[in-house]
This record gives sequence, structure tokens and C-alpha cells, in this order.
Amino acid sequence: MGSILSGAEAASLVRALPGVDAVGLEARAAGLATRSVKAESKAKAIDLAISMIDLTTLEGADTPGKVRSLAAKALRPDGDAPSTAAVCVYPSMVPVAAEALKGSTVKVASVATGFPAGQVPLDVRLADTEAAVRAGADEIDMVISRGAFLAGDLERVFHEIKAVKAASGEARLKVILETGELVTYDDVRRASWLAMYAGADFIKTSTGKVGVNATLPVTLLMMQAVRDYRALTGVQVGVKPAGGIRNTKDAIKYLVCVNEVLGDPWLSNEWFRFGASSLLNDLLMQRQKLKTGHYSGPDYVTVD
Amino acid sequence: MFEYAPAPESVRPQIKEHYGLFVDGKFTDAADGADFKSVNPSTEEVLFTVAEAGAADVQNSVAAARRAQEAVWGPMSGAERGKYLFRIARLLQEKAREFAVAESLDNGKPIKETRDFDVPTAAQHFFYHAGWADKLAYAGLGSDPRPLGVIGQVIPWNFPLLMLAWKIAPALACGNTVVLKPAETTPLTALMFAELCQEADLPPGVVNILPGAGGTGAALVDSAVDKIAFTGSTAVGRAIAKSIAGSKKRLTLELGGKAANIVFDDAAVDQAVEGIVNGIFFNQGHVCCAGSRLLVQESVADEVLARLKDRVTTLRVGDPLDKNTDIGAINSAEQLERIAALTDAGSGEGAEVWQPDCDLPDRGFWFRPTVFTGVQQSMRIAKEEIFGPVLSVLTFRTPDEAIAKANNTPYGLSAGVWTEKGSKILWAAERLRAGVVWANTFNQFDAASPFGGLKESGYGREGGRQGLEAYLDV
Repeated sequence: MGSILSGAEAASLVRALPGVDAVGLEARAAGLATRSVKAESKAKAIDLAISMIDLTTLEGADTPGKVRSLAAKALRPDGDAPSTAAVCVYPSMVPVAAEALKGSTVKVASVATGFPAGQVPLDVRLADTEAAVRAGADEIDMVISRGAFLAGDLERVFHEIKAVKAASGEARLKVILETGELVTYDDVRRASWLAMYAGADFIKTSTGKVGVNATLPVTLLMMQAVRDYRALTGVQVGVKPAGGIRNTKDAIKYLVCVNEVLGDPWLSNEWFRFGASSLLNDLLMQRQKLKTGHYSGPDYVTVD
Repeated sequence: MFEYAPAPESVRPQIKEHYGLFVDGKFTDAADGADFKSVNPSTEEVLFTVAEAGAADVQNSVAAARRAQEAVWGPMSGAERGKYLFRIARLLQEKAREFAVAESLDNGKPIKETRDFDVPTAAQHFFYHAGWADKLAYAGLGSDPRPLGVIGQVIPWNFPLLMLAWKIAPALACGNTVVLKPAETTPLTALMFAELCQEADLPPGVVNILPGAGGTGAALVDSAVDKIAFTGSTAVGRAIAKSIAGSKKRLTLELGGKAANIVFDDAAVDQAVEGIVNGIFFNQGHVCCAGSRLLVQESVADEVLARLKDRVTTLRVGDPLDKNTDIGAINSAEQLERIAALTDAGSGEGAEVWQPDCDLPDRGFWFRPTVFTGVQQSMRIAKEEIFGPVLSVLTFRTPDEAIAKANNTPYGLSAGVWTEKGSKILWAAERLRAGVVWANTFNQFDAASPFGGLKESGYGREGGRQGLEAYLDV
């Protein structure tokens, strides 16, 4: 869906957003993190979290073999555990992933637009996107130009997202804000709204390639943004924290936030994702623990 | 839908079937043999029985406290007193979970709150004042400030252990001895604290705990103490002030409040909503400094209220011992009745009532979080302290009007200001007649920060360097 706003309108709306009180936001996130999720609710949360994972490999050393191994894990993580939401790879690996996941519910997500820095000309970024979609990507994870954003050129960022959205065609577009480079909560909120005004289907925290990736307060703030955007426009946008979420305990904290801030409409992999790789095995180990009553160990889940 | 399974706290403290009075280092029954029951407000089950102190017991305790003050505690060096206080603080930390569960059982407040707030903050007060014990000469209250002697202390039921800490820690640090009366409905943690004093080898008579009701309190006020420190209702505070007028006894009072929480149109809305919720629903609204009047700028009132109601809908009301409970039980049937009467008055006077649709347990004392909109200054729910989870929402048009309405109360304990503009915070804080003004937060407490009221909210400060003055002859 394209935006009906002009760049100038979007930029001015975003600049007029109220501020974020950092202390209050962090206190709220810390409060939500104290929820105690036990027994059957924990079992449900673990399966829900597994189904929300974009199982990711984004390395220079990625090979078809590595991607096939990851795809197999995504399809059947362990016994009767649900499949993950997607496998997330570089554009060059999309054909391999698409072939391995053909006919399944697991989506192929591709990073694009000169990931992770995005510091290449726009036409190259658009070509990158189009190539990934042509090769079979169901979802595109783009990066915004943090440089342009920090330089105050919100209109440029808006137009670039719009252009990538157009180049993505039918594929769902996740817009990576790289919150660790935006740094302030005020800017995270502005970037969230700018991306949504420009047509993002998802807003995503991070590339996983910088020092600070997803944090609970930042993700909570982005959840408040998608909640408010839907209230204002009727359009629902998804949220994807990525990077740094490595264990079940942390994943459940994010689900508690989804539950209490966004509620049912967002509690599925259609609207909430985890960008993660090592998280899956911890969820599987906790899942085994709940079933058998004792911890097994890392040799009882697969290394992929 | 993601439902949380019950997550009950598993630790159970050793609660005795019967507790005595704690006098001169020993537990003893009342001279007249009187006792009363303490009830778990979330189930209405009797938790234990406890001796009820009468005038004779008060006299004995004050005499024991006097002996201890003159012979042991007063002459003791500050450094030695500090050691005892440090020991008490550490013991409180060691037994934190037991105290947290006991407080939740006896008071009805959620375990999340006793675990994360009441008990740690009580321990902090002892640590903080332990540090002052040998540095009183540097508190800016004279080169050699002297203790007052024996202090009579009467505390309320809303924060039983924390109010005990606020009272006992500074009194002991300054070289006084104390006779403390916990509230009638919540004596448990005070009695456990007495056991802890025994364990800490605190000299007999330094701390005396006398459970009882209003009669016990009145006897304590009339007794041969040097000072009364009272936290509770304005009506009782006024009666105490009258009864000791003309005597040599000193008095500090921490009384009621009807705090205004002012939300300006340029506030960070989501965080302001959190502050409103924390301001009025923290501890079931049983907080003297609760932000019970929300003053919201008319231009943003609809948005703030919509978000507030969404947020209140997510509050979890129920079993206080469940770790996910946000709002526990009302402390007593009597208090529940008072809350209900005032909310009925609110509806009767034309305010619009709203409550979330949440299930309440069958037994015990419960009240749904309640928001009144369309409240006017003239209504009872805008003027009287409800001391329950009931928020009265009023609007204002300009900053001047906000201040005028906020100050338009006989109380003056606390206030809140929400704006992203620093200059507006300072402007408002200068004009608000309240002992504490919180900016972009609410209900924050620290041992180093003085707390107390203006006008009918009382006088004297607790906490910080200023709080020491209440227990020293300066």
C-alpha cells in the first residue's frame, strides 16, 4: 500500500510528535519484564516464540549448504515443535532458500538495499530489492539511510522507503531503523512513524551488525508506535526486534510486551517476529525441559 | 490469547498463632489479658491473635524505653549505634522474602510490591540512617545535637514495615528509644521486626512494639514520652495535636493528602499515563501522597483518558501472592466501605464512573480500579481523601488554572507535573503548595530525600538530613 502523504507532510508530522520520557519508558519496560510466565503459559509462549522467529544467517561465509541446513531446521526445528516464521538470508542466497522451503509455510526473507549500512546509491538499492523479489523472496528487510535521517533529511528517507516499497511488489516490507545508530528514543519514534507513513509492513529494530541491537525499551516504544498508527489510520504494522535476543527468558519478556501493549491482534507471526539465530536452540532446550522435567544440554538440539 | 498461569509465591514465613507485646526486649501478654485477631484481607481468614496493649502496658513500655535511653542507648557512641542499625538492615535483607510474604498476607498488597518496594526500601532506610549515627555533628543541626529521649510512634496500615522503618531508623540513629504502635489491622511485620531486634541483640527497651487500636494510641500520646511521631489521618493528627498542646512533648505529623497530578499538553503521553496509573493504583491507592486528582489539560484530555482506560484494563487484580498481580486486596472491610461510600457520592453528584471489566475473588475485600471523569472541584471525590483505587479526573485550560486548582485543597502533601518542557516544571514546582513535587514521575521515595507535608498534610520531614531534625534537640 502506498502512502498518500507527500514527503514534506510526512516529515512535518514526524517532527511534531511528542517526546519520549526515557526514564518512564525504561521503567515501564522493566515492569513488564517482571511478569512471571510459568507452566502451561510458558509452554504456549515457547511455541509461539518459535513460530515467530526469522531464522537468520547473514555472513560473508554463507554457502548454499549452510542455508539448506538452516532451512531444514526452520521447517522442523525439533519433534513436534512448530516451524519458524521465515528464513532470513542475503539476496544471493534467496534462490537456495526458496528452493528448500518451497511448498511450506516458512517464508523466505531477504535483507536488501545494501544491507547493513545502506551506503550505496538508491538505484543500486532498488536493483538489490528487485533481484531478491525476482529470486523468490516473500519478505524484504530493508535498511534506512541513517546518515540522511541523522542529517535531518527526513524527506529523503521517506522517499527512499516509498521507492523500496514499490520495488518490493507483493513482498512484505520490513524497515530496519537501526535503533542502535539512531540512539535517542525520540528519534526511534520519529523513524518508526516515518517508515509507517511511507508504507512499511513491519518496523524492525536492528541489523544485528552494530554494537546495540534490540532492547526491550526500544521495542516497547516501537510497539506503542504501531498501536497508535493503527488507531490513527486503521492500518496495522508489524514489529520485529532483531539482534541480541538469545534466550527464552528474554523472548518471553518481548511476548509479554506484545500481550499487554498490543494484545491479540499482534500475537501471531503475521505481526510479530524475532530476528534471531541462537534463540531457537534455547527455546527448544526449554521446550524439552518442560516436556521431560529435566535439562538435556546443547547436544540434544542440532547445530545448523 | 496469551494468559498467564498462576504464579504463586512459594515461600511461607513462620507465622505464630499468637503474638505478645514486645516490651523491654521480651514478648509478653497484655496486663489485662486483652487480645485481638489479625485477618488476611484477601481471604478474610484469621492469621493470628495478638495481645492488645492497654494503658498499663504503655506505661511499662515507656518506662523500659526510658531506662534503656538513659542507661544504654543514649550514652552509647554513634558508631556503636550505627553497628546495630547496620545489623538490622542486613537482617532485613536476609529475611526479605519472608517479610515480603508476611506483609502481603497481613496487608493484602501484592507480593510484587512488597518484594520490589516495601522491604528493600525499609532496609535502605536502616542502611541510610546507620550511616548518620556517628555523623550527626555534620548534619547542619549544631555541633553536638542531642537525642530527644523516648519517642512514641504511631504508624498506619498502608505500608506497615516501611512506615516502621521511616520512624524507627532515624529515631534510633539519633540516640532515642522508641515505643511504636503498629496499625490495628497490620501488626505482623512489626512483630517480626521485634523478633529481628532480638536476633540482632539490640539492647532491651530500645525498641518496644505495642499492637493495639485507637485506645492504645491515645494512651501512648498521653504517656511520659518526649515526642510523638504520627502518620495517619488528618482527623486523628488534629486530635493528637490538641491533646498534647501546652505540654513539653514535641510532635511531627504526616497526614492525609489529595494530590494533584498535572498533565500538560506537551507531556510524553505514554509515560504520563504510566505515572497516572502508578500515582493512584500503586498499593490499591492506599497512599497518603497518591495522585488522586488528575488535572489534565483540556486539549489533550480525550487522548489521555482513552490511553489511561486502555492501560487500566490491563491491570491484574487478584491474589496478592501471585507474582503477576498488580492490584491486591483492600486492607479492611471498614476501608472498603469508606471507598464505596465516597464513590457512591461521586456518582450521586454527577461524575461519570468507569471501571474495567475484571473478575474479583469471591472472598476478601476488593475494589475495582475506578476512574471518575467530569469531576468538578466542588464534588466530594475532588475534595476528600478516598484512600483507595479511585481517580478523579478534572481538566484545566491554562497553566495558571492548573496551579490554582491543584492548590485549592486543605492538603499539601505531594503533586506531580508532566511536561517535556523543563522551564514549565520549574515554574509549576515553585507555585505548587506541596511538600513533594514529582516531575515526570510519581510515587518515588528514597531514604536520602525528605518527605512531608504542608497545610493539613502535617509538619516535620522524614528522610534525608532534614528528617534527622525531627529526632534531635536542636
